Formats: sequence, structure tokens, C-alpha cells
Amino acid sequence: MSDIRGGIVSVVERTHAFDAGGPVVAVHFLGHSAVFVLGEEAMLLAEMNGAPRRVDVHDGAILASVSDGERVISGGDDGKIAETDAKGESRSLASDPKHRWIDHVALGPDGALAWSAGKQAFVRGKELREFAAPSTVGGLAFLPKGFRLAVAHYNGASLWFPNAPQAAPETLEWKGSHLGVTLSPDGRFLVTTMQEPMLHGWRLADRKHMRMSGYAVRVTSLGWTAGGDWLATSGAPQLILWPFQGKDGPMGREPLLLAPADHRVEMVACHPRQEIVAAGYGDGLVLLVRISDGAEILAKRPGDARITALAWSADGMLLAWGTEGGEAAIVDLA
Amino acid sequence: MSEPLSADKVPVTVLTGYLGAGKTTLLNRILSEPHGKRYAVIVNEFGEIGIDNDLVVGADEEVFEMNNGCICCTVRGDLVRILDGLMRRKGKFDAIIVETTGLADPAPVAQTFFVDENVGRKTRLDAVVTVADAKWLTERLKDAPEAKNQIAFADVILINKTDLVSPDELREVEARIRGLNPYAKVHRTERAQIPLEAVIGRNAFDLDRILAIEPEFLDDGGDGDGHDHAHHHDHAHDHDHAHDHAPARGLKHYHDEEMQSISLDSEQPLDADKFFPWVQELVQKEGPSILRCKGILSFKGDDERFVFQGVHMILDGGHQRAWRPDEKRTSRIVFIGRNLPEETIVKGFESCIA
Repeated sequence: MSDIRGGIVSVVERTHAFDAGGPVVAVHFLGHSAVFVLGEEAMLLAEMNGAPRRVDVHDGAILASVSDGERVISGGDDGKIAETDAKGESRSLASDPKHRWIDHVALGPDGALAWSAGKQAFVRGKELREFAAPSTVGGLAFLPKGFRLAVAHYNGASLWFPNAPQAAPETLEWKGSHLGVTLSPDGRFLVTTMQEPMLHGWRLADRKHMRMSGYAVRVTSLGWTAGGDWLATSGAPQLILWPFQGKDGPMGREPLLLAPADHRVEMVACHPRQEIVAAGYGDGLVLLVRISDGAEILAKRPGDARITALAWSADGMLLAWGTEGGEAAIVDLA
Repeated sequence: MSEPLSADKVPVTVLTGYLGAGKTTLLNRILSEPHGKRYAVIVNEFGEIGIDNDLVVGADEEVFEMNNGCICCTVRGDLVRILDGLMRRKGKFDAIIVETTGLADPAPVAQTFFVDENVGRKTRLDAVVTVADAKWLTERLKDAPEAKNQIAFADVILINKTDLVSPDELREVEARIRGLNPYAKVHRTERAQIPLEAVIGRNAFDLDRILAIEPEFLDDGGDGDGHDHAHHHDHAHDHDHAHDHAPARGLKHYHDEEMQSISLDSEQPLDADKFFPWVQELVQKEGPSILRCKGILSFKGDDERFVFQGVHMILDGGHQRAWRPDEKRTSRIVFIGRNLPEETIVKGFESCIA
């Protein structure tokens, strides 16, 4: 293992680590409680002090999860959409009548909930609405303004108005399998992650296409910085940041490449307030990277397993990480 | 961080075959035998599985084309998602079986394992098993290109429902199959009765297992009757290696009008600097035509055997082991595909000889 990071500032000693009991697939903060989502059945609630508490949530694999800071919504292969709170209580919010896998979940304005099973997307606001995508749904995201859901599928993404069922959804087209979708915080750009090692995007005002490529493998983790100026992404042995300032966003511009390492970046998490990105790598390394100058802080030394979960608390004081091998921790950065 | 060993990856068996050939019967057999193994099954038609199996997942069989303009670069997108979800329950099953619909082309399924890094890391393709209906295959081959693909692509072929055809008809079907695929292991079965190890745990895509590329002779699967023995007796006389461009002697020579296999040998070592650019360019150019390829190569100045395999445009290869002192360092490649430019391929290969 190379020692290219010898001598950088480290916060590793401020870590409260524990064994999650299974591979960690996601982590979300509810206040100062970190909720580690395991690949199967349960979530682990943990704070900086004390032992974690296990909550049984699904009868099977947990396929997707999302949080608004108050609760964690999850979808499982048991066909259930569940809600888990900071008290460690879990309940079923909805379930698929055919017990299909709930592949994706999303949270929208006023507590609206969206999920998908196969080709169908559902939104539950005041009423339950259904949308039949042209093919299997690859990802869901609410647009930041209004009540609209972006649904990624093969050959593009559809923008659906759940409250106007008569209105045909708008389709943004691009050949290939679109697996995840995200909107820039100002709502001007829509970006999808594809099966191929690339991102695709559209400027919504004029539907102009944006291609962001050069990755080693497909991008499985991405996030917007606090002001929406950058889109941080995984998929290469460096942190790749696409610039979204200005009316053209990344069009015609090169990405910023920071924090090169021996292994690929697997997870990214942007600090809620500052232009800092936490990057988790394939060998278990976690770095905090400052965008302005690429300065790094060591948050976790490389270990055996890849980082598969990474998140900041809403106040930016705590960082949580989890690995494929079942290691989990909270780091106190106050 | 080390990559997971092949042994840790969950094996995936792809079951294909035309409607009514006996795929589901085979699947139900596999699931109901008292072998103590647990299988996760991915199917298209839910109702068909007679056994109460814990892990049965419905798939959409959605194939999409990668965005590189190549029509053969297709992937089973739904499989990527399903395998990822299934692997969250890793400890709950020993292997995965993917049953495809009757009209399915096996190539996208196979390519999925080479193209998605996550899938390739956690699972490995074990074999493509095709079930063929002894009575109806010949008809199907006339009107369905998918049926041809399924035969040509397979590692193991079950000629099923042999009780419904005469010995002559059976011989016809076998010959037809051999004409499409000289390299698969063929079994004759009734009601899909076959020992489990003939279809599961084949390691057909394991580079380490590419020991020889010889056309396979018919195996009667232990179900032989008197007439089968007689048939085998014919084979015994022709039990030397098949000639380059012809299928094994003893069977009727059947060349399909469009699907062929080309086998190239060289007793002289190859020049690695010429071979790799040649084969890369060949599969890029002829990718859509080449269904599968396999090779064992000896390079000049290299004491290790190089083995490779490919599906359409995707190639996967590596050094396997040292050549043994008593081993003849013969290089051999086989291509199975449609309308292959035989002369171009032969000339190209010959130009790679050191």
C-alpha cells in the first residue's frame, strides 16, 4: 500500500466504530443519530456514544433507502415501503399488491412519497398516482420546484406530473440504460447515471444534451455540493467534480479531478454547508477533500472492505461511513 | 485490496430453449432433487415453477443496446438490477439459475456478466444450458433464428423428449445440432432426466478450465438403450480428432447455411504483437457475426499457455499455466458464428504465426 498520504491531517482518532453485523448499503442521519441500512432485513441506529440498536425493518433484502432527516424510507424485496424513525420504531407505509421488489424510493415536497416496482412508478401525495414507464425504472427524483417526478428508464427519462394525469409526461431521450437520476438544486439541469461508464444530462430549459464521460466504471454515487456549484461523482480512482456554475453548466468544460488514489472512489457525500466532499474508496479509505485547493483530511485508513455508505449529518458536525464487510462508524468533526 | 476469488463468486446457470422443450421440467427437477443446495431462480413466467422455492424473482427480460452504436453490444439491464438485489441475500443461496423465455438470445445474458463490474465481481457465469425438443427442433431451426442462437451458444445441450422420436430422427437432430455447435456437451434425455452435475457446476466460462478445444462427442447420458450402444460403436472408429473445418466423422455432415464454426490450428507459435491487434480488430469488425470464440495459444518467447474466450465483441483472456515439457505447443482457436468471413479469418490467423 503506497504511503502517498503520509503526513496529512487525520481525524481518525475521533471515530466511534463498530461491527454492523452485515454489509452496509446506505447510511442516513436523523439529527445526530446515524441509521446504517444493512443489505438484509435491518437497520442499525447509532450515536457517537453508546452501543448501536438494531431495528428489523424488512423480511428480506433492503433495496433502496432515502431520508429527509426526520425518517428513513426504505423499499425491500418483500414488496414493502417502510418508515423508520430516530426512536428506532419502524412501520410499513405501503406495500405492492403483487409483492414485487421495491427498487427505488424518493421523498418529495410536503412528505410526498414515490417508489417504483418494475416499470411502474407510484407517488403518494394527497392521493396515490401511478405511472407506467416505457421500461424498468432505473431511478426516481422529485424536481426541486413544483410537484413533478423524474423517472429514469431505458433510452431516457420521463418528467411526470402526478397531479395532472391527463398531461402526457415529457420524455428526455438518449439511447442506453439510465440507472439513476438527479436534479441540480436550482432545477435547471437533470443528470442521469448510465449502465455505461458515463453520465448524461439535459439542460431543462432547452433540452440541450450534456455528456459527461471518461469514467473507468459506471457511476454509482453522486451528490451536489451545498450551493449546487459542483456535482461530485464516483467511478474513477479520483474524485471527479463537474462544474455547474453559470448558465451552461458543465457544457464545454472539463471536470475537476481531485484526491487520486490506488483504488476507485465508490461513494461520495457532499458537506451540507461547505465546499468539501467526503470520498470513500474501494480499499476502505475515506478522505475529506476541499474543492478550492484539493486539500485532504484522512477520515479513515484503508482497510479490507470497500466503502459502501457515506453521509454527513445536517449540521455537518458528524460523518458516518459503512463498508461492504460490515464495518461502520461515526466520526466526530465538531 | 484483493479481488474476490472465482470460488467466492456465486455461479449462475442460464437455462434456455424453445417453448415446450422442457426447460421448466428441468428447472423443477433441479429444484426438487435432494441435493441440499439452495437456488435462487430468475424467471419470466412466474406461475410455472411447481416447487415452493424461496427465492424466485420475476424478470422482464429487457435487453438494451449500449450507447456505442454496436448492435451486438446488448445487456440484460433487468438482470443487472436483479443480481444486485439478490446478492444482498448472499448467504441464502448457493447458486442462481436464470431461465430465459423461448425467444431469448443468450448473448445479452452472457455479456451482462462481462460488462457490469458489480455483477462480474459478485457472480460468475457457469454455463449456458439449452434444452431442445427432439421432435420439434428441426422445424424451429427453420423459422426461428433464436433457436439457432440458443444451440450455437450453448455449453450443454439436452436433446429432450427422445421418447417421442425414432432413432433415425434422433440421429438427424443430433447431426443438425453438431452442425451448429461441435463443441457443446450433448445429452439425450427423456422428461429432462439428467444428473445434476451435467448441467450445474460446469465452469464453462472459467478460463482455467479451457484445457482443450475439441469437438465433443455425443454422450448418451447414461440413459442408453440397445440402439444407443450401436451408435456409440460407430463413433469408436472415428475417435480421432476432427478435421479442421468439418464436424466429427461418424455423424452426418451437416453444415448450416449461415451458422458455422471455424477451427484454426498452428503448430508454430504465434507472434503476440501481431495476434492481439488482429483478434481485437476482428471482433470489433465482425462482432455481430461471431457468437462465441475460444482459444488456447502459444506465443513465441512465452512459456505459458494463454487462454481466452469471447462473446461477440467482448474478449476475456489470460495466462493459464506453464506449458508442460511433454506438451505439444499447439495453438487453437475456434469461432462459432453466422456468415463468418472464413477466408479473411484464416488468412488473418496465419499472418500471426511468428
